Amino acid sequence: MPTFEYAPAPESRAVVTIEDSYGLFIGGEWTPGHGTPFATINPATGEHLSTVAEATTDDVDAAVRAARTAYTRVWSRMSGTDRGKYLFRIARIMQERARELAVLETIDNGKPIKETRDFDVPTAAAHFFYHAGWADKLEYAGLGSDIRPHGVVGQIIPWNFPLLMLAWKIAPALAAGNTVVLKPAETTPLAAMLFAEICQQADLPPGVVNIVTGAGATGQSIVDHPGIDKIAFTGSTAVGKMIARSIAGTEKKATLELGGKAANIIFDDAPIDQAVEGIVGGIFFNQGQVCCAGSRLLVQENIVDDVVRRLKRRLETLRLGDPLDKNTDVGAINSAEQLARITELTEAGVAEGAERWDTGCPLPKNGFWFRPTLFTGVSQSHRIAQEEIFGPVLSVLTFRTPGEAVAKANNTPYGLSAGVWTEKGSRILWIADQLRAGVVWANTFNQFDPTSPFGGYKESGYGREGGRQGLAAYVRSGGVA
Amino acid sequence: MTTSAETTARARDLLGVSRLTNRSLTSWLHALPGVDQVGCDSRAAGLRTRSIKTDSKRWAIDLAISMIDLTTLEGADTAGKVRGLATRALVPDPSDPSTPSPAAVCVYGDMVAVARETLGDSDIKVAAVATAFPSGRASLKVKLADTKEAVAAGADEIDMVIDRGAFLAGDYLTVFNQIAAVKEACIRADGSAARLKVIMETGELVTYDNVRRASWLSMLAGGDFIKTSTGKINPAATLPVTLIMLEAVRDWRDEFDEQIGVKPAGGIRTSKEAISFLVAVSEVAGEDWLTNEWFRFGASSLLNDLILQRQRMALGVYSGSDYIADDAPSAY
Repeated sequence: MPTFEYAPAPESRAVVTIEDSYGLFIGGEWTPGHGTPFATINPATGEHLSTVAEATTDDVDAAVRAARTAYTRVWSRMSGTDRGKYLFRIARIMQERARELAVLETIDNGKPIKETRDFDVPTAAAHFFYHAGWADKLEYAGLGSDIRPHGVVGQIIPWNFPLLMLAWKIAPALAAGNTVVLKPAETTPLAAMLFAEICQQADLPPGVVNIVTGAGATGQSIVDHPGIDKIAFTGSTAVGKMIARSIAGTEKKATLELGGKAANIIFDDAPIDQAVEGIVGGIFFNQGQVCCAGSRLLVQENIVDDVVRRLKRRLETLRLGDPLDKNTDVGAINSAEQLARITELTEAGVAEGAERWDTGCPLPKNGFWFRPTLFTGVSQSHRIAQEEIFGPVLSVLTFRTPGEAVAKANNTPYGLSAGVWTEKGSRILWIADQLRAGVVWANTFNQFDPTSPFGGYKESGYGREGGRQGLAAYVRSGGVA
Repeated sequence: MTTSAETTARARDLLGVSRLTNRSLTSWLHALPGVDQVGCDSRAAGLRTRSIKTDSKRWAIDLAISMIDLTTLEGADTAGKVRGLATRALVPDPSDPSTPSPAAVCVYGDMVAVARETLGDSDIKVAAVATAFPSGRASLKVKLADTKEAVAAGADEIDMVIDRGAFLAGDYLTVFNQIAAVKEACIRADGSAARLKVIMETGELVTYDNVRRASWLSMLAGGDFIKTSTGKINPAATLPVTLIMLEAVRDWRDEFDEQIGVKPAGGIRTSKEAISFLVAVSEVAGEDWLTNEWFRFGASSLLNDLILQRQRMALGVYSGSDYIADDAPSAY
């Protein structure tokens, strides 16, 4: 029997330099934080990477003041054309340093290099390019007349796409003329540290981008700071609700991009082989740590056995292991805390009577790992069908009619994304109309583009990111165009 | 050995019908799941990103060499050129005797005897294109005579072309009957039979749905191999098309417990490209297909690049085309 073993093909990490410690990036300078510094580790190995400053309320205040100064003195007075030049410059530097960014992101986050190299970094650069183009054309974006920026924007981003979420936040904010105070997630701060260097390299005026690191308390300081005009948050629904409560009754605007429990609906006339790929990409991309992951598979009952059989066969070809290896499909879970949550919810799935299957592939000894896992026989009332697992765990449910598919897909507090697989064009249009989800993918899944708005219904949040709609969240307008 | 009547009887059995009609074939073929072109292309692109290095690359290069049907199909072919090609198959790299030989030499029917004589009693097979290759625009009688002559001349394998016109017109029964008849014509006097490769000329079928249907039709009609192209039409062997064929043979074996081979032919010129195909074989059809009994490359210049890479891996430096003994350079 021949065996095609792929020899290790690791990307070199020599391309990136990680400092022993990082301060806060305020007013274009690195300054020490006044809180308790914390460590960031490589989740694939447990290796200590660096120590990062914790920003206290005073530090956040310094960052907001730097952002305000930059806003009033420089950025709000600068022409859109000139703002665009800086954004184009940042985009180009991101492309030039793409390999460095990809390796760093993989080391700090645990996601495979093929994803950071082929998706995260190019898409992040694309967001800067796209928004750079808008900077001098805001009046023609159909956002109303007398377009003005909000001022200082506080931005809090999650750990699942550290660089891409940064790009989604910073690019439109700067294009519209705002300055920002951004907090990366505490487990994945390094991409933002490298981005701060890129801002320096691009000669971005000091204070336009400020980056403060820390955990929930630092985030709360940003949300509560009276000098913040708008909050943009991506993360869990629980934290999103806290933010909404905190800013209630204030002048602050907010966009919240929260959790999801997306349905991926497979009809019996679907292109099955491609649907299987879409299911795999939908839930195992980034180890399922994606807010719009297709975590609920809704399969028409007459083909469920065939789909599950093909799916299992496909999952067995997924390669789990060293995220820096170019042939790795499934990397590490981002943190011990997240691994514990995935483990807890899958155990609940078994306890509630769903049938668990995983690939049985060996797991590395160190770091945080979870095998691609499938649950069959899942009911709508099971926790694994209701709660966001945020891990490589797929729940398989069935439906009989298109109406039932829609009802089950919508029967969730969330409404971020959905997928539909059928060769019937009319059914795609009908179902996209019925689904209460911000994004509906037809015969594909997890496609992102800077020109396309992304955001949720219901507990998945409000506001859109990307496209003209995303830009609208970063401007005030005096009237209707 | 399988006669046309036996092939038809088996097809009736597999379809569960009392009489094989164009309608029953149409229902069966059109019930196959569709292929989404964008999704198929992106899966193929994903397989291309596999990084095959060091030992696995060495292994894959030798495997790829052993899977080649070393081909010359030109109007200008002469006995001399075919002898050269066959000699090359016997000694692919004179500087390194450990280099494996290609699986077969593929020629027009009238060159079979020449190739056979040069190859002697080696394990290298002689494959002959037949059935009015490459267009297939001739009567069945001519196609069968073409096939029988090649078999009688000593061909181990027959590469036939389907009637693409009939296929595109929806006349699946004609395509089926012709393949089944050619299959019968592959039977030798001693009762053994040449293996039959069915060329679908996917570049003329155009859509991926057609490729899937033609694959299943060719397997139903008794093809031992399904093959992409003649090499005379562009596009020839693309990775997405080969992917669909690999899915077809995989699903066919799941359903009917019979293994069928796959042969992409035309346009595969580099080692890197060939290795991408092997990755697809491994990850889509499975390891059972990773042998020259079940997977072939129809190619001429691919061997040169594989030898070049093989030498590079052995010596650590690139040699260059002057160090690759080439018996079949282009005459133009």
